[in-house]
Amino acid sequence: MVCWLLASTANAEVEVRDFDSLTERERYRALIEELRCPQCQNQNLAASDAPIAQDLRAEVLRLLREGRSDREIIDHLVARYGDFVRYRPAWQPSTYLLWGAPGLLLLVAAGAWLWVLRRQRRQRIELGPEQRATLDRLLDDERQQR
Amino acid sequence: MERLKLFVPLLIFLVLALVLYFGLGRDPRALPSALVDRPLPPFSLPVLEGDAVVDESLLHGKVRLLNVWGTWCVACRDEHPFLLELANRGVAIVGLNYKDDPDAARAWLARLGDPFEAVVVDAAGRYGLELGVYGAPETYVVDADGVIRYRHVGVIDADVWRDRIEPVYRSWVIPQ
Amino acid sequence: MTPEYGHFALILAACLSLALGVVPLLGATFGRPLWQATARPLALGQLALVAFSFICLAAAFARDDFSVAYVAANSNRLLPWYYKLSAVWGAHEGSLLLWVLVLSGWTAAVAVAGRNLPPALLARVVAVMGLIAAGFHLFLLLTSNPFERVLPIPPADGADLNPLLQDFGLIVHPPLLYMGYVGLSVPFAFAIAALLAGRLDTAWARWMRPWTNVAWAFLTLGIALGSWWAYYELGWGGWWFWDPVENASFMPWLLGTALVHSLAVTEKRGLLRGWTLLLAIFAFALSLLGTFLVRSGVLTSVHAFAADPTRGVFVLGFLGLVVGGSLLLYGFRAPTVPAVAGFGWRSREAWLLANNALLVVITGVILLGTLYPLLADVLGWGKISVGPPYFNSFFVPLTLALAVLLGVGALLQWKDTAPRRLRSALILALVVALPVGGLLPWVWGSWRWGAALGLFGAVWIGVLTAIDLWRKSRASGRPWRGLRLLRAGYWGMVIAHLGVALAIAGAGVTTSYSVERDLRMVSGDRQKLGGFEFHFMGVDEVFGPNYRSQRGEIHVTREGRGVATLMPEKRRYLGGQVMTEAGIDGGLTRDLYVALGEPLGAEAWAVRLHVKPGVRWIWLGSALIALGGVVAVCDRRYRSRVRATARTAALAEA
Repeated sequence: MVCWLLASTANAEVEVRDFDSLTERERYRALIEELRCPQCQNQNLAASDAPIAQDLRAEVLRLLREGRSDREIIDHLVARYGDFVRYRPAWQPSTYLLWGAPGLLLLVAAGAWLWVLRRQRRQRIELGPEQRATLDRLLDDERQQR
Repeated sequence: MERLKLFVPLLIFLVLALVLYFGLGRDPRALPSALVDRPLPPFSLPVLEGDAVVDESLLHGKVRLLNVWGTWCVACRDEHPFLLELANRGVAIVGLNYKDDPDAARAWLARLGDPFEAVVVDAAGRYGLELGVYGAPETYVVDADGVIRYRHVGVIDADVWRDRIEPVYRSWVIPQ
Repeated sequence: MTPEYGHFALILAACLSLALGVVPLLGATFGRPLWQATARPLALGQLALVAFSFICLAAAFARDDFSVAYVAANSNRLLPWYYKLSAVWGAHEGSLLLWVLVLSGWTAAVAVAGRNLPPALLARVVAVMGLIAAGFHLFLLLTSNPFERVLPIPPADGADLNPLLQDFGLIVHPPLLYMGYVGLSVPFAFAIAALLAGRLDTAWARWMRPWTNVAWAFLTLGIALGSWWAYYELGWGGWWFWDPVENASFMPWLLGTALVHSLAVTEKRGLLRGWTLLLAIFAFALSLLGTFLVRSGVLTSVHAFAADPTRGVFVLGFLGLVVGGSLLLYGFRAPTVPAVAGFGWRSREAWLLANNALLVVITGVILLGTLYPLLADVLGWGKISVGPPYFNSFFVPLTLALAVLLGVGALLQWKDTAPRRLRSALILALVVALPVGGLLPWVWGSWRWGAALGLFGAVWIGVLTAIDLWRKSRASGRPWRGLRLLRAGYWGMVIAHLGVALAIAGAGVTTSYSVERDLRMVSGDRQKLGGFEFHFMGVDEVFGPNYRSQRGEIHVTREGRGVATLMPEKRRYLGGQVMTEAGIDGGLTRDLYVALGEPLGAEAWAVRLHVKPGVRWIWLGSALIALGGVVAVCDRRYRSRVRATARTAALAEA
């Protein structure tokens, strides 16, 4: 059992902060939505009111004000808390499958679609010899009737 | 051949079921430390007793446990008797008093016993962030060179010690 | 004694479901009509028993019978009566009982309404549903008994219902969702019955369609309601988080959508029989997978029930048996020779197939993203999180592609479409949609891609649907007469597709143009946001039946005229939990959303203000989609009475 520093239910905490600029505010928002709270039940830093989330939000703001880039801030937290805190998985060997598979899946699906279509088209155009004979006979009958 | 292709969905499902089956044994909430096999981040913090300021060399020289605790943490109280027992057995434990009031911490230890070689005070919790602490109690196994070798999140009791922490601890003890 | 009666009824129901699973099936296999005929009475009997059991549990809640462990864990003397009743499905055991109740309901409905089906087919379908029910009965009785007693000393009062669940959403969301989840077992049962019978002509597709549509419509509503509930309950204005439990409900919906469209091709043209069967199996399989994910503790989620690996093992075993068995059957019995009807690429068949392909890809991506943390952990790759940035990166472009296909596909005809007609319609749609997508975003502020693409997709669909409607109505002379002659199936499609358009527009606009601000406000403060002015009037203390609340009052004006008064609350419940109730003014074009934070001393409060344009369109669009699905079922060809009277009329004339 771990003492989760009085973590409560999923309730967004309203935090009043002063920002130096609009960009700063937007970068802050984007970062805390992309970072995961290490101890919560699948919440980002923005949504959680757990104390660790509060601390990490303050840390993100501090690093922002220090002039770090978004990527540096995320790396800073990953170095301490692991890949777990990134909601956008990094591009690394353990995630090649994750980022690559959707594209592959799309290619396979598109290929399958084309294949089915081509099969249908081929069968539409080709007539077997018997069918061709029947067709000829029918056309002859019609010509004779006119 | 055509017939065989129709069993592909079954194959896919079996792989999925296998993954799920193995997943049942794992704890999705357990987070291993990102600092395993890396040196302790540097710090410069006061100790609980006296006015000295220490740094990470406090944990050099032999293998130790670093225990993160606070008086506000109910589970830390549960864990405390076992820490005393470990200390009695000769296990060196350094405490990190995390986001706490030093006076309350001193009173707490006076009342319940002090298993710690020394207690570092991290009142603001900044060092905890460096370590990747997200809740107390947490315990790190730090080797003689100050490198973190293991982290346990949660209460340490006899079973946890014997099954998980002790093997790591023993493997880093330098023979005298 | 009532809980014991309920428990006993459940045991009896389990026995009936076992009989239901075996006897009619044997009757169909060996051609014994009497055994086949047991399907209906057994199904009705199961429903009666499960309903009785459910009523017993509800009675235990209504009477505050805290000797029942489940009641003690989820209720409280001071809980309002409507929450006491909905608390029945507030946690794992009770929600499973609801699952079984809904399943019994669907089984009985099929048994009764399927009177026109060939008896052997009906027997097989109902038997398969009975087998599924038997599995869930066993799960309930062996691992999750809601009637467990707390002995010898029952608590004097219960732990309260989680305050997050003390909400209207709890009353409607789970039942609607389960109607959908469980309803997908009907097409599943039909597919299995068809495979078992070896009858793969397409009559079963026609029988399956109305049931699939209704189940899918319920699922649509259930998911939309869940999204809406999260929006107003959780306090920070989000409406979809790609949480594993949300994904677990979304994946069966996606495959259900693919199934609804695939059935159209199979019924109309006799094609894609094997594919439709596979979709029916996988749609329900994902339903079961969802049940597994939510209750086994394998994934972390705010929505998950308390985790228990033993339950997880049971559900996984059940899942393996049902899905593995079905796929095995599929491998042996599905048609290997594809039906061929010859269609070109400019045909409805081709584009419905493309729609299916895209939906399957989307489902695959969501499945991968949801299970990847588990996979990575099992393979020793460490703990990885996969969240909204990943899902959105793929979902947004794929959905836009789907929207484009949707617009075109509705215009196409079976087998082939004249290129000129197609081209003129597409050009018109482009001419209207591009400017709208390019210019309309300026209404809300600076140009944003999200809104532009969303609006483009929506207008694209809208224009092409309108063109098709116009053409079809003109086909029989005067326009109004033409419209009246259009079948319910067609109207259903139109409504549902317009719903999709609206939802896409809403998602695009709200993601791009929602604004929010966290501030410190004192009584009398004003703040401008998103074209509105928010005037903070102060905070009052109010008391509810089981909570104490600080309630704020905020007047919102626009250009001097009053627009709304919002009353956000911060409630403290008996158990100590603190909940935020947002103050929301919902409108057709925008939502005004205010949440109260903590008091900041000296009469000041932390307040969060949101202006969210277009967010209601998402749920309105979803409601339209569900409506479309139901309207389509009202089509004449599904009404047996009409067919019967037509036949007798024809006979009389002869």
